Amino acid sequence: MRARRGILARAAVIAVVGLVTISPLYWMVAVAFSTRAELLGGRELRLWPREVTLGNFDRVFASFPVATWFSNSVAISLVVMIVSVTTSLLAGYAFSQLRFPGSTALFFVALATLVLPVQVIMVALFRIVTGMGLYGTYWAVILPTTASAFGLFLARQFMLGIPRELIEAARLDGAGHLATFLRIVLPLSRPLIAVLAFMSLLSSWNDFAWPLIALKENRLFTLPIGLLYLQGQSGSDYGATMAFALINIVPIAVVFLLFQRYFIAGFARSGIK
Amino acid sequence: MPSPTPEFASRPAGDVRREDGRSGAARGRAGARPRRPGSRREALAAYGFIAPNYVLLLVFVLIPLAGALVVSLQRTDGFGAGEFAGLQNYARLWSDPLFWRALGNTVLFTLIVTPVSMAFGLVAATLLNTALPARPLFRSILILPMAVSGVATALIGVLVFDQNSGVLNKLLGAFGLPAVTWQSDAGPAFLSIVLVTVWWRTGFNMLIYLAGLQGIGPDLHEAARLDGANTLQRFRHVTVPLLGPTTFFLTVLNVIYSFQVFDIVFVLTGGGPAGATSVLVTYAYETGFVTRDQGYAAAIGMILFLFALLFAAAQWRASRTRDVVE
Repeated sequence: MRARRGILARAAVIAVVGLVTISPLYWMVAVAFSTRAELLGGRELRLWPREVTLGNFDRVFASFPVATWFSNSVAISLVVMIVSVTTSLLAGYAFSQLRFPGSTALFFVALATLVLPVQVIMVALFRIVTGMGLYGTYWAVILPTTASAFGLFLARQFMLGIPRELIEAARLDGAGHLATFLRIVLPLSRPLIAVLAFMSLLSSWNDFAWPLIALKENRLFTLPIGLLYLQGQSGSDYGATMAFALINIVPIAVVFLLFQRYFIAGFARSGIK
Repeated sequence: MPSPTPEFASRPAGDVRREDGRSGAARGRAGARPRRPGSRREALAAYGFIAPNYVLLLVFVLIPLAGALVVSLQRTDGFGAGEFAGLQNYARLWSDPLFWRALGNTVLFTLIVTPVSMAFGLVAATLLNTALPARPLFRSILILPMAVSGVATALIGVLVFDQNSGVLNKLLGAFGLPAVTWQSDAGPAFLSIVLVTVWWRTGFNMLIYLAGLQGIGPDLHEAARLDGANTLQRFRHVTVPLLGPTTFFLTVLNVIYSFQVFDIVFVLTGGGPAGATSVLVTYAYETGFVTRDQGYAAAIGMILFLFALLFAAAQWRASRTRDVVE
């Protein structure tokens, strides 16, 4: 009886928290699928549309290069994901399993860059990117975005947990460092790879601050930059803005919900808990 | 796989082989780094492994950082070469009320958002770690905001908090409460960016706390229950202490993110009204790319970086002392 009441109390609390969390998302969906006058027009409160319409989506697709922006986002975040997962795994192996002069100093330098907001270096970074001839290409966003130490940090934490005997055994069998990395460390790092891949996919899909500076041409925009541009063009057309916001959110949200178990499991094993 | 202790987790990279008997003995004898056959090759291999990551960091982070330091000593609009201005930009900061406002807002924002979103995350994770109906559904709902881009989050905020047509003021009105001036008054505007950010951030904290809770076996709770501890006492004396390393990790991450809050402020309030919600990163951005006072913008950025570094170092030290004490 007491346990039952406990469950009810906990369920009530979590239901309230869940309701508060989902409400803004519900409101976005409701506004995206209704005419402007209906939900936002009058002074009185209306919480759902009488009639569902796709008009907002039609307007967005008719006036903006949605497909281009979408494929820009896909291309940029996939390349960022592949590059940053690879570089993080390689560096994580060195910092967790190899001994080399300067490792501590190098590790702390990488850690220090974690607290560096891009706005601090944006002026100088912009000059470098322009000087390298990258401005006006995807690479102006991709390369600076992959220059991060977060993945390195996670990879090192995770790989410190790999039993030393396995590494030593491979070394005694005459395996080189690359072979040890490929045959022993990588297969054991699957939960880590899931976390790294998803974290970099999520952050580059939603990245805003640097792409805002690096992408000036409409044809190169990613979805978040396109979203801000669209909002600037449409003014108070909230229906169109929310329709496009949904196009930005839904793909990554689906990936996230499908893989959340692996994500939690990967974090649980990465040694930062 | 053995679960790493906090001491283990905060160990610097050079010490990873502390439990390696050979190197421990060597260190004991000579007090220096052990030299083993092939260690030169090992070092070369290591540099090869870290090269891709560090070349990227060097070109796109460290060189620009050095560049920012140089620019912060110049007066420049970004076109042509700047002129050397010494520490003038830093001296200007001292008497710039907008800078102090942005600094104060950044600190206040961090001090509110970090503990609030972490507390919500911890409570939600603890609840979702017990027997509950529809648990996967609630977990999915709570982490959903994490997948929403900052721009979209802020635009949903614009929609909800609009003081004339926003649904929040209409809801308040339906309960007979007065409308809140979310855009025209400083306090409500600041509150709106705090609320939106807490909504956005709680899911991530919950997720990491859930991962941490998975590492706590049921036997400790069982033992505490047999000793007569009630639910609240078990939470206070079993769950919270065992989540210490998770809390440390999340504190550092949340403070870093809060110092860097940009999307939400830039899109939701633009720093307004009259600088009331301006933070250091938005102020640096406006100064550098809108008013194009790039030397001054770089100086603001360097101060911001210094603050963040000092904080991170303080956290690091605190965690190390705590590990020694425990």
